[in-house]
Amino acid sequence: MAYSDKVIDHYENPRNVGSFDKGDESVGTGMVGAPACGDVMKLQIKVNKDGVIEDARFKTYGCGSAIASSSLVTEWVKGKKLEEAAGIKNTQIAAELSLPPVKIHCSILAEDAIKAAVEDYRKKHK
Amino acid sequence: MKLPIYLDYSATTPVDARVAQKMIPYLTEHYGNPASRSHVFGWRAEEAVEQAREEVAALVRCEAKDLVWTSGATESINLALKGAAEFYKTKGKHLVTVKTEHKATLDSMRELERRGFEVTYLDVRPDGLIDLNQLEGALRKDTILVSVMFVNNEIGVVQDIPAIGELCRRRGILFHVDSAQATGKCDVDLQALKVDLMSFSAHKTYGPKGIGALYIRRKPRVRLEAQMHGGGHERGFRSGTLATHQIVGMGEAYRLAKLEMAAERERIRVLRDRLLAGLNRMEEVFVNGDLERRVPHNLNMSFNYVEGESLIMAVKDIAVSSGSACTSASLEPSYVLRALGRSDELAHSSIRFTLGRFTTAEEVDYAVNHIQAKVARLRELSPLWEMHKEGIDLNTVQWAAH
Repeated sequence: MAYSDKVIDHYENPRNVGSFDKGDESVGTGMVGAPACGDVMKLQIKVNKDGVIEDARFKTYGCGSAIASSSLVTEWVKGKKLEEAAGIKNTQIAAELSLPPVKIHCSILAEDAIKAAVEDYRKKHK
Repeated sequence: MKLPIYLDYSATTPVDARVAQKMIPYLTEHYGNPASRSHVFGWRAEEAVEQAREEVAALVRCEAKDLVWTSGATESINLALKGAAEFYKTKGKHLVTVKTEHKATLDSMRELERRGFEVTYLDVRPDGLIDLNQLEGALRKDTILVSVMFVNNEIGVVQDIPAIGELCRRRGILFHVDSAQATGKCDVDLQALKVDLMSFSAHKTYGPKGIGALYIRRKPRVRLEAQMHGGGHERGFRSGTLATHQIVGMGEAYRLAKLEMAAERERIRVLRDRLLAGLNRMEEVFVNGDLERRVPHNLNMSFNYVEGESLIMAVKDIAVSSGSACTSASLEPSYVLRALGRSDELAHSSIRFTLGRFTTAEEVDYAVNHIQAKVARLRELSPLWEMHKEGIDLNTVQWAAH
């Protein structure tokens, strides 16, 4: 399978790999996917008092496209307000990384991961 | 040492330089059609074809007359299964094979099912071998043929061909063996084995691609319905002008295999064990398939908590294949590993290493270090590895399947 240069770049030099403390009040954690399907993404966001995402971390078990999709969204969510981040569409991710049709599910998973992280943060602050 | 390192000898092997040298004159000089009876060009080519047939026969201890040239093991398997089924269909319509067979067998069986035959697909045990009692239980009054591969292409396990042969012969059932991965690695003795049909390939044994053979026993006589019609070549079993240079290549490759097999096997076993010892120093790695009843060339391992496709992408300095067919649109893990009862995760994270004639200790050491580094990096990226390290049992987690 031929990967785009952007996928290879994110795969070789993934941005923002790591974890925040799940219990931290300012952190929202989203974990999506299943090992049996070959993809699991964990995306974490750190949100400041103004509802802006200051920082993000990810860990992904999955193919090169899954790793690249999650790496990319950690860059994209930084500096965004929660509702802006939750508005990121999988089609934007797929277009940015030139994902082939069989890898579109990786971008869907990345979109789901952002939504799950935002949801988790909001639950903590109800 | 040249990169990438080739560790995919079960996909195909390079043509041995000695084999290539022997082939060349049959392209440019002795280009006659072996079927031409009226001049020396034809006689010369025919002589070379028959000499090669003797070489192949010598490696597998059969009579040269029992061998029919084909385009490769896939064609041999198609001819054996479809040819026998069509010829013996008045005797019965039931065939038996194994879930871990090569697609050439499984897809031919599927085609026979469409033509009205019934096929039983046997399970394998967790070690990859079939249970002979289960096989015996699957045999019926109307069973006409059993097909089992000698050496599995993904996990390298060696089935008990002598015992299966006895079982089939006692009941008068034909027995076909796919030996594509066995020649030059296992002793194949058709004088001793109760095998009726056996498929061979040249390019897994340092010969050229595009040539193979089918062994068709004459005593007791096995009959097949031809699948390729034309000039009635190869006793009518397989029409088509013989590819003299390819046949000469297969003959020479098999001659060398017979000469060098014993020493080569031991040399490769040492290298394989070195590879295994190196990889076993890592945590959470598992060998797929029985390690004892296995060709020494093969090592199939799963690297837990790392996904197979990203692993293959990471280990770009070595040419290996993933047990996982993840690159296809299906995203299905290896059906062979699934048949062993491996979880989807472990089946997804497997690598098949197959060593061969030109593999060196230096290459093996490089491969070990390369894999250790890449697996460690991917585990740093893996949320599953993190959970494992936190002591979470992943089987207790509720995943959102997608």
